[in-house]
Amino acid sequence: MHPTSQTFKANASAALHDAALQRALKNLKSGFPGKRAAAIAKLPEFDALRDAGRDLKNHVLEHLDFYLERFEAQVTAQGGQVHWARDAAEANRIVLDICRAVEARTVTKGKSMVSEEIGLNDFLAANGIEPIETDLGEYIIQLRHEHPSHIIAPAIHLNRDQVADAFHAHHGQYGFTERNENPRALMSEARQVLRQRFLNADVGITGANFCVAETGTTVIVTNEGNGDLTQILPRVHIVLASIEKIAPTLEDVSTFLRLLSRSATGQEITVYTTFSSGPRRPEDVDGPEQFHVVLLDNGRSGMLGGEFQDMLRCIRCSACLNHCPVYGAIGGHAYGWVYPGPMGSVLTPQLIGVDIAGALPNASTFCGRCEDVCPMRIPLPAMMRHWREREFERHLSPAGFRFGLRAWAFFAQRPKLYQSVTRIAARVLRWLGGRNGRIKSLPLAHGWTAWRDLPTPQGQTFQQQWAARQEKRS
Amino acid sequence: MSEAREQILATIRRGLQRGPLAGERREQLEARLAQPPRNLIPARAALPPAEQVELFVTLALAAAATVERVADLAAVPAAVVAFLSREGLPTDLVLAPDPDLTALPWDGQPTLHIERRAAVDGDKTCVASAFAGIAETGTLMLLSGPHSPTTLNFLPDTHIVVLRANRIVGAYEDAWSRLRERGQGMPRTVNWITGPSRSADIEQTIQLGAHGPLRLHIVLADP
Repeated sequence: MHPTSQTFKANASAALHDAALQRALKNLKSGFPGKRAAAIAKLPEFDALRDAGRDLKNHVLEHLDFYLERFEAQVTAQGGQVHWARDAAEANRIVLDICRAVEARTVTKGKSMVSEEIGLNDFLAANGIEPIETDLGEYIIQLRHEHPSHIIAPAIHLNRDQVADAFHAHHGQYGFTERNENPRALMSEARQVLRQRFLNADVGITGANFCVAETGTTVIVTNEGNGDLTQILPRVHIVLASIEKIAPTLEDVSTFLRLLSRSATGQEITVYTTFSSGPRRPEDVDGPEQFHVVLLDNGRSGMLGGEFQDMLRCIRCSACLNHCPVYGAIGGHAYGWVYPGPMGSVLTPQLIGVDIAGALPNASTFCGRCEDVCPMRIPLPAMMRHWREREFERHLSPAGFRFGLRAWAFFAQRPKLYQSVTRIAARVLRWLGGRNGRIKSLPLAHGWTAWRDLPTPQGQTFQQQWAARQEKRS
Repeated sequence: MSEAREQILATIRRGLQRGPLAGERREQLEARLAQPPRNLIPARAALPPAEQVELFVTLALAAAATVERVADLAAVPAAVVAFLSREGLPTDLVLAPDPDLTALPWDGQPTLHIERRAAVDGDKTCVASAFAGIAETGTLMLLSGPHSPTTLNFLPDTHIVVLRANRIVGAYEDAWSRLRERGQGMPRTVNWITGPSRSADIEQTIQLGAHGPLRLHIVLADP
């Protein structure tokens, strides 16, 4: 996927003026946060589980090489194959080679963000293999030639009339000639159209929420059942997983599962949690004949031992997106790459470069809700600050911003001067505001005054008030 | 071994500032994998057995499954027929080729047309047998194998699952213990199933019946 993170400001501005998007985003705000809160209220141990989850994942990261090797050995012992990919190009090549070896023409896919990260669909299509997304949201956006705007609800930027248009344009060939806006009917239509595609696919590709080292098992959590039909019907099952998805044991994965769906959709657990180990056994009567796991690095191993290591704890629940005021205002596409919201603002500069994605860690009000709701207690705001520092050090931030910061630093290091300048500035602003205490426009502050009046400072400066209080106390 | 593999492992070790694990540290990790410790388990998963069954039923219903309790396994065929008739469903049935299921008195239900096999396109209803029920979230656990094809869990519109009450455990960890006690290793697929399939991908409104079964009916047999 070609990133557009460089034009984040313009993307965000367009998103704010997109009436359909703004309508759709209301569904996000009224949905996930309340459901999450209700689910957590029913589990008194939730915060203690967050501590346990954080500690477990830290343990995994400290011993990642050991667990990856064990995972590989266990997959192999059960007749599966593990393939290691340093980057997107290698991962795509591996998948293509597996598909070619069985002369695959169509590939069904369960939802996978790693697949989005490596741009697998375009790559397969360019090589004559048709990828078919089967998660309802992914299917809708594939028909519309879009990318997901959310990591677990890929079509959250759309309204039902837009889904109806997409189905009406594409489903005539299957005998669905009436345009229908009823969500239930739309889903039933997708179910019927995709059923044949599941049955005819040569290869099924899923992601992995977890890879269990103890047993060589990959785990997916879904609600629709599409990930299961994707992996049990075709002859070949390929799993795409990034290297940090390891959970040591089945007990450990159970801890993560208690955190994941409650944080994501507010469900106690998703409808389907599926543990896949190797290909079908000789005595089995169904299931895939081949089982492949592609382990993708793509820059993650370089995060170990550094200030972004904690980001590798992420289990992709999307709670940080769902509670972020910035994401809630502009949706996911404005971020310009695969991972939006706070987790994307930390991960994207690492994966595609801070020179391209430097605007993302700046797209934050630092309200801290993302860290408050993160089931793995990832210090997202602190890591966004690390990126801002790096951006500044590498002279990537805009000249005006750097000048302003330098000017502020000059005064901040000279407290006497700072105090007198703020005193004067406050007086000037009061004078400008006149009798009603509002300023309608101000040089250099257009970003504020274009939308609302600036109230003038009232009373004394903070420093003056503080000094007065200290005096009163003594 | 591939170049990519060696390079990824080397970068990991460079970041962690050490070589491959050896000695005591490695032995500790090996021991942890050999005897997996249990992490924090919620109190709701540690109820006495009778209350576990109640919790399982409550949470399965909350996940939009339907549950029917019968006195014993022999009562299952009649309960299945009654369910199909109540729901206005056809009497064609695919039965998992499980000796415990096929041994039930299906002959007493002449209206049924039964086939014993994996699922194929067009199957309307199937009956499968659960390995366990997990009370903490009302979850069924089914294992793939010659007696329980995985396709039965996903292709038919209506999924009927027979669960014996004494197979209900409290926590996920208890279910893993039962699987280990079985002593046959991991089956190709372990399915945890909590309610019928659904999606909220259109305007965040939950609709039941996505790609998997439209209905999940649990026949809970004592003991």
